[in-house]
Amino acid sequence: MIAALRTELRKVATTRSWWLLALVMGGYMLAMSVIMAGSFILAIRQAEAAGEPVDISGGLAGDGAAAVLDATTVATSVYTLAVALGYIFPAILGALAVTTEFRHRTITPTLLAEPRRGLVLGSKLVAVIPFALVVALAGVVGTVLGGAVTLALFGEPTLLGDPEIQGIIARQVLALVLWALVGVGFGSVLTNQVAAIVVLLAFTQFVEPLLRILLAQFDATEAASRFLPGAAGEAIAGSSLYVSSGLAELLEVWQGALVLLAYAVVLLLIGRVTTFRRDIG
Amino acid sequence: MDHAPRRGVARVVGGRLAPVDLPGDSRPDPVAAAPAFDPAEGVVEVAHLTKRFGAVLAVDDLTFTVQPGRVTGFLGPNGAGKTTTLRMLLGLARPNGGTATIGGRPYGARPQPARSVGAALEAASFHPGRTALDHLRVYAPQIGVEDRRCREVLDQVGLAEAAERRVGGFSMGMRQRLALATTLLGDPQVLLLDEPANGLDPEGIAWLRQFLRWLAAQGRTVLVSSHVLSEVEQTVDDVVIIARGRLVHASSLAGLEALARPAVRIASPDAAGLAALVQAQGWAPVTSFESATTATVFDRRAAEVGAAAFAAGLQLHELSPADTSLESLFLQLTADPGPPGVPAQGSGVAR
Repeated sequence: MIAALRTELRKVATTRSWWLLALVMGGYMLAMSVIMAGSFILAIRQAEAAGEPVDISGGLAGDGAAAVLDATTVATSVYTLAVALGYIFPAILGALAVTTEFRHRTITPTLLAEPRRGLVLGSKLVAVIPFALVVALAGVVGTVLGGAVTLALFGEPTLLGDPEIQGIIARQVLALVLWALVGVGFGSVLTNQVAAIVVLLAFTQFVEPLLRILLAQFDATEAASRFLPGAAGEAIAGSSLYVSSGLAELLEVWQGALVLLAYAVVLLLIGRVTTFRRDIG
Repeated sequence: MDHAPRRGVARVVGGRLAPVDLPGDSRPDPVAAAPAFDPAEGVVEVAHLTKRFGAVLAVDDLTFTVQPGRVTGFLGPNGAGKTTTLRMLLGLARPNGGTATIGGRPYGARPQPARSVGAALEAASFHPGRTALDHLRVYAPQIGVEDRRCREVLDQVGLAEAAERRVGGFSMGMRQRLALATTLLGDPQVLLLDEPANGLDPEGIAWLRQFLRWLAAQGRTVLVSSHVLSEVEQTVDDVVIIARGRLVHASSLAGLEALARPAVRIASPDAAGLAALVQAQGWAPVTSFESATTATVFDRRAAEVGAAAFAAGLQLHELSPADTSLESLFLQLTADPGPPGVPAQGSGVAR
């Protein structure tokens, strides 16, 4: 078990993808949080000039409910961008742990060194965690840094001293690491590397956001939208842009963690009985 | 346990690998340096092995045994089922029937199997972004060897100076050497190598030949697959030849050579005289006529046939030895018994 884990840790450590993903996520989140914080500040300034509260839902919240733009809303919306937008990065990290083996056919020497396939998959799952932590930290630090500096520059409160905000920021790291586990599961189901990345991108950046907005429009389906993986990840953080804009409700923190973990486990089990049971090569 | 030559087997010269210090000059005596192997642990046994891919029978009731201390050539045209057989031996593919064991056990039933069986199936099984040393270091813990063993095997295959280079920039020959190094990591008693000579230059092939012989001399089992007999002809002790998933021949190399018949090809402008000569000499049962004026006489030497023609006063335009070469024997053995004129290929599946 320890030997298999050491092998899997070395596999990730000896490739460049993990720190490239951390670098890109950090940079991307920094840029997004600066833009997001800037947009909020602009909206606040315009509303102040007009002397009315700001509705940031763009009318999508329904029932005529308007989300009022206060300091807490701004802070949580900006600081949770890592989990709301950036979860694709740890998910790709996780998927690569499996798909790279198939892309470069290293799955053959891997299974020759350790024929117990369940052990190989399990080791991959555990080995990805420390690297996911680095990627998650890069993303969260980028988000908070970009957001807080922008807010501070324009004299808005950063709320970084608020324990509730601190909790939201910290729990994002957990959510992002869980996303890496979902990625491992997904990669074990869809082993074609290009297809896996394209599907992950399409689902997380387009399909799920659209689905969440659509499902949230009807009372009958609103609850279902909370069980989508992205929503579950945000639930772990405890808030997000979707919530503060009144577009959606979230599960409890622990429920979100369980739902996201369930996605990982179900995908892994499917991968175990399909990809990791088949003939290799 | 350390049987690595003290000096490099090869070195990088101007980016190319050139073998130096071939075994026999500077290597330690293989037998003296060899670890003690239990011969029973080195026997590879395939019995009634069958593998079906949809409608295609890739491996069909295949039975053969590979003995330790010898280099065995596992031969057959592309698509004959060699790689599929090796995959089943290694637990990567599940047979539809029959058994494949190494030392009496299935590969997957061995704890730390790579310490007793080293296998290389594809020379392309590398992450291009990893260095050669990192590639080996990745597998070292799982195989169950110390990290320093990685440099030892790189040295053994002549890649010591390419250790820190990314595999993505390696030539095919260097990849083959790295694949071989990977199989050697666990210092295994049994080596199963799929087409290890592919992509090697003539120097590399000569080096590989010596290296495999050296490994077998230590009592190891060495199974080398190839689709070209001539590639391994000078290396192997035994041959296992398959075609369309079936065994067509298994013997020592000498046993295969014994199948090759001497023959003489003759041509004469005098068709009647040629026919009369064949009749008079009693060659009819061993003669095949290509045309009325050209024939091949089997089991006779050129001198004998030439003397008979001379004595008969028959004018010859051709008199040449036409012994069945091992290669053409191999082609005959593995030929597809399909309709005449149709080239024999594509009857099996690759991998």
